Amino acid sequence: MSNAVSVLNGASFTGLAEVKDAGLVGMITLRGDLASKSLAKAVKECTGCAIPGIRKVTQADGTTVVWMSPDELLIVTAYQDVDAKVDALSTALTGAHALVVNVSDARAMFTVSGSGAREVLAKVAPVDFAADQFVPGGFRRTRLAQVAGAFWLDTDACFNIVCFRSVGQYVFDLLTTSADANAEVGVY
Amino acid sequence: MLSVCERSADMSTRLAKQGRLIDRTKQIVFTFNGRSMLGYPGDTLASALLANDQMLVGRSFKYHRPRGLVASGSEEPNALVGLGAGERFEPNQRATTTELFEGLAAQSQNHWPSLEFDVGILNSKLFSRVLTAGFYYKMFIHPKPFWKHVYEPFIRQSAGLGKAPDKELKDADTYEHFYFFADVVIVGGGVAGLQAAKTAAASGAKVLLMEQNAHWGGRAPVDGGTIDGMEAEAWVTKTLDELRAMENVTLRDRMMGAGVYDHGYLLGYERLTDHDPSKGGPRHRLWRIRTKQIITACGAIERPLSFAGNDVPGVMLASAMRDYVVNWGVTPGKRVVVATNNDDAYRTALILQKAGVEIACILDARRLGGGALAAEARAAGIRVEDGRAIAKVADGKRVTKVAICLQDGDGQSIEEIAADAVAMSGGWSPVVHLWSHCGGKLTWDDTQAHFRPDPTRAPISHDGKAFVVTAGTSSGPLELSAVLTDAAQAGATAAQGAGFPAQTADPASAETMPETPMEPVWLMPANADIQHRMKSWLDYQNDVKVSDVQLAAREGFESVEHTKRYTTLGMATDQGKLSNINGLAILADTLGSEIPQVGTTTFRPPYHPISMGAIGGEARGDVFQPLRKTPMYDWHDTNGADWEPVGHWRRPFTFLRDGETVQEAVNREVKNTRENLGLLDASTLGKLVVKGPDAGKFLDMMYTNMMSNLKIGKCRYGLMCSENGFLMDDGVVARVDDDTWLCHTTTGGADRIHAHMEEWLQTEWWDMQVYVANVTEQFAQIAVVGPNARKVLEKLGGMDVSKEALPFMEWRDGDIGGFKARAYRISFSGELSYEIAVAASEGQAFWDALMEAGKEFGVMPYGTEGLHILRAEKGFIMIGDETDGTVIPQDLGLNWALSKKKDDYLGKRAHLRSHMADPDRWKLVGLETVDGSVLPDGAYAVGNGVNGNGQKNTIGRVTSTYFSSNLNRGIAMGLVKQGPKRMGEVISFPGTDGKIYEAKIVDPVFYDKDGEKQNV
Repeated sequence: MSNAVSVLNGASFTGLAEVKDAGLVGMITLRGDLASKSLAKAVKECTGCAIPGIRKVTQADGTTVVWMSPDELLIVTAYQDVDAKVDALSTALTGAHALVVNVSDARAMFTVSGSGAREVLAKVAPVDFAADQFVPGGFRRTRLAQVAGAFWLDTDACFNIVCFRSVGQYVFDLLTTSADANAEVGVY
Repeated sequence: MLSVCERSADMSTRLAKQGRLIDRTKQIVFTFNGRSMLGYPGDTLASALLANDQMLVGRSFKYHRPRGLVASGSEEPNALVGLGAGERFEPNQRATTTELFEGLAAQSQNHWPSLEFDVGILNSKLFSRVLTAGFYYKMFIHPKPFWKHVYEPFIRQSAGLGKAPDKELKDADTYEHFYFFADVVIVGGGVAGLQAAKTAAASGAKVLLMEQNAHWGGRAPVDGGTIDGMEAEAWVTKTLDELRAMENVTLRDRMMGAGVYDHGYLLGYERLTDHDPSKGGPRHRLWRIRTKQIITACGAIERPLSFAGNDVPGVMLASAMRDYVVNWGVTPGKRVVVATNNDDAYRTALILQKAGVEIACILDARRLGGGALAAEARAAGIRVEDGRAIAKVADGKRVTKVAICLQDGDGQSIEEIAADAVAMSGGWSPVVHLWSHCGGKLTWDDTQAHFRPDPTRAPISHDGKAFVVTAGTSSGPLELSAVLTDAAQAGATAAQGAGFPAQTADPASAETMPETPMEPVWLMPANADIQHRMKSWLDYQNDVKVSDVQLAAREGFESVEHTKRYTTLGMATDQGKLSNINGLAILADTLGSEIPQVGTTTFRPPYHPISMGAIGGEARGDVFQPLRKTPMYDWHDTNGADWEPVGHWRRPFTFLRDGETVQEAVNREVKNTRENLGLLDASTLGKLVVKGPDAGKFLDMMYTNMMSNLKIGKCRYGLMCSENGFLMDDGVVARVDDDTWLCHTTTGGADRIHAHMEEWLQTEWWDMQVYVANVTEQFAQIAVVGPNARKVLEKLGGMDVSKEALPFMEWRDGDIGGFKARAYRISFSGELSYEIAVAASEGQAFWDALMEAGKEFGVMPYGTEGLHILRAEKGFIMIGDETDGTVIPQDLGLNWALSKKKDDYLGKRAHLRSHMADPDRWKLVGLETVDGSVLPDGAYAVGNGVNGNGQKNTIGRVTSTYFSSNLNRGIAMGLVKQGPKRMGEVISFPGTDGKIYEAKIVDPVFYDKDGEKQNV
């Protein structure tokens, strides 16, 4: 485990908002029937979270469950807990048609926080970031300028951004460019 | 009279008073063509040039005629300048929309050798008969040499407006995009826009109001009248304060509505630092707005009058002339003639006179003249002549005298008046551009003689309902009280359209002078003869005259769209803002048709040119394009990687050492891999997990060979065809457990094949229980290749990688050197080879461990070119080299991979088509040049005879070609007609270098045909 390094190894930048490499984060893709009781039970037991509604996340004890599509969840948890959680979920879902797979290393995660966070993201994602529209617990699977990306908003006004690992540097550069201290829009 | 001017010797000058937008307490120094000039904060470049008596601002496009300012806003056709220098140089910037700043440097355009003396002016004398409508079209059908040697050099030398920026320099500024969402967006911050915003915002709708200028209120503060009992400017200030206090309203100035697109998409072009380049941050911001309703409150543009010499510097729109006086305290002349067909132009005369400028005469083309404003002018002692027109303004670099005639006549002069400026007004046309961008239709208004939006034929959204509403003068009405009423109604309509409760439109009340109706004047005088018509400009920027449009009509151009292209009317950078209506009125008249029947040309975004930088947004420099990097990217970069783009990935082509050429490095890597130990970063290969009760059945359909019977722990090479039978991807499939397979794809195939699988699962085989996940980036995958491959893994220790424990084409999970790994015994090189997958986050550490442990075994990384050569030596095909979307597995001798046991798979039926089964298809062979040289890539082999076009018949082509350092000769693969039946035959490949390459057809496997080396 000591060999593992996140894509930008904890880099950070402060401008209109604070942009940070969130370090190693555990992520599990779960595909299955989100309406099924057995899947909801397995997720609840493994994460403490309920199945999130469309474009929402649920959170409990440091674990976030993200709605990715009508048959896909992303479970975000501690990096070192992933193998155990994959095993637990797989075991709990034995017999059901479901796919549980570790994608922790396939991703990069960044946080964007501070008063300018909404504006910084509104420069790269075609999403309405107005405070009454994008509320804590809200989630979007969308694009960040030219690449695929997704993000949710924590209760503490921090956006968590997930993208593919290979474009981690691009996304970090994109966010820091958008967070240029001289580039305030002033609408949020 | 002259005493009011600061510099009485000049004719265009700053007035001692007036200038509501300028701050006279501070001076700004700027240059025009290197000459230093002074202006004030709040000036535009145009107002500052006029204040410095710089009447001449450019030369016209075709005839290089001297041109001056005509307008005061974005409709200006003449005053285009080059702004800035070096990394900040930008051509074709409008002086009228350029705010003055300290150190601004502007150059005039389109002249040689100088603005004052231009050789091209001779064109106007020599060539005005030649460069008529349709010149290019007519010349193209003349004998070719005449065009090439006579006309083209001449046209090229004289054509073109601004210079392109230096191609070696990069724009020093930055730009960005911004996504925004609103219920109602209002374009235009004049009194109509403000009123509409007020009404719409009262409903609770989220409102965005944008104004292209730095100041709010539009024309109203210049044109006068009272609103709610106060001066227009006071009302503007009060309303702005009210709007600013509302949380649901966003106000942006220096932001233009550039274009309206389907379903409420709108572009806003915000200019952040143009007025102050010393300010940091992005120069322009492109707002990409989604809204439910759009209100266009863009005002109207005054039309010029078409009389002879209407392009002489000093001839200006009447409204622009009073703008310069009221807004910037500048007068373009001391003695002004006003020509009009409406009452509004009298305002210019009255304002100018009040500012101390002499009005030589008002020529009102209407036989019965004007109303209350005319009476006021007469009472003020101004000479007013009804039914009179301008016969001609004398040619020159500025106005000197004006010949007067009867409007109903043919242009015979009855009097000449000395004057240094002319204010003209041909009536007003609503700005309908944004309304029209998305399909809003227009209707002809006979009273105002203009096209205005037809609210019954609005642009409609996805629900079939109108999503654009016009407000104020943009709707048609010109009188202040009607403007405000219309705007309030527009605000209420838009709010309701956006789903908010209906508002009572409660417009501000307004009072202005009553006006008598205008009378259309399309040609001045009405029966002007050809000499006059040839000097009456419609389109200043493209030099199109009344006579050109008439000629086009006579030559049969009846459609306004055709006439536009034939004459270039309205095709310049101002997109015909001034010329459009006048031009089509002339066309209608010449055709004996009515204006509404002729119609308008199409209005397309952007309303006014926007910068390329704004369109590109942040995408420049490091973030121009996303680069995909493997976990070992940085190591590669510091260890000599010569990068090759592979899609968005960057992969090392080879690793250069000091003093090596690329070819030398490749040769070294290829040899070392065969003799010792090579490492390849194979992380980019696609990895798709396919799981579910029906996964085996699904994969049997996706691949041409059988995957359902693959045993757990084993690997199989598979082919994928499209429905049409063409080979689309290949790779090694591993069976992970009972219902799970891992499919490797090519680097470029990862996303494509993932999408391909999802498409079949979601649209055709939705009843199959299969899930697919793309785990490509979860793993760093390293190929450990060569005779020493096993030794290095054994040295690292952990799982058993012996021949017995991990045979060829099998895989095992385990631990290697402390890393959790999955080892595949697969080979794309023909050597003993393992591909080891570890977590991507540990990829660099694992690579380091292999490099360290491999030292004693001669470890060396190799790049994609080495990979290619190693596989080509073995005759392994490469998707994208041997395939191009027209190649089927049978062409490549891969019949063994086409299952005969399966009932069906994608491509199976297509392979039965007669063309697919044709024995004459080009098939894969090896090619060996007779002299050992390297065949040119993509070269075609020629056979006997010629085809219908007289070209030599082709019988094959090279698909892959390399120098093999192991075999010390060129090797190649190619597709050749009936190739496998022609072994030993020598065929010819003419190269583009003039050489003919002779190559022998051989077996494509050049190295270790029995596969003994990989199976140890």
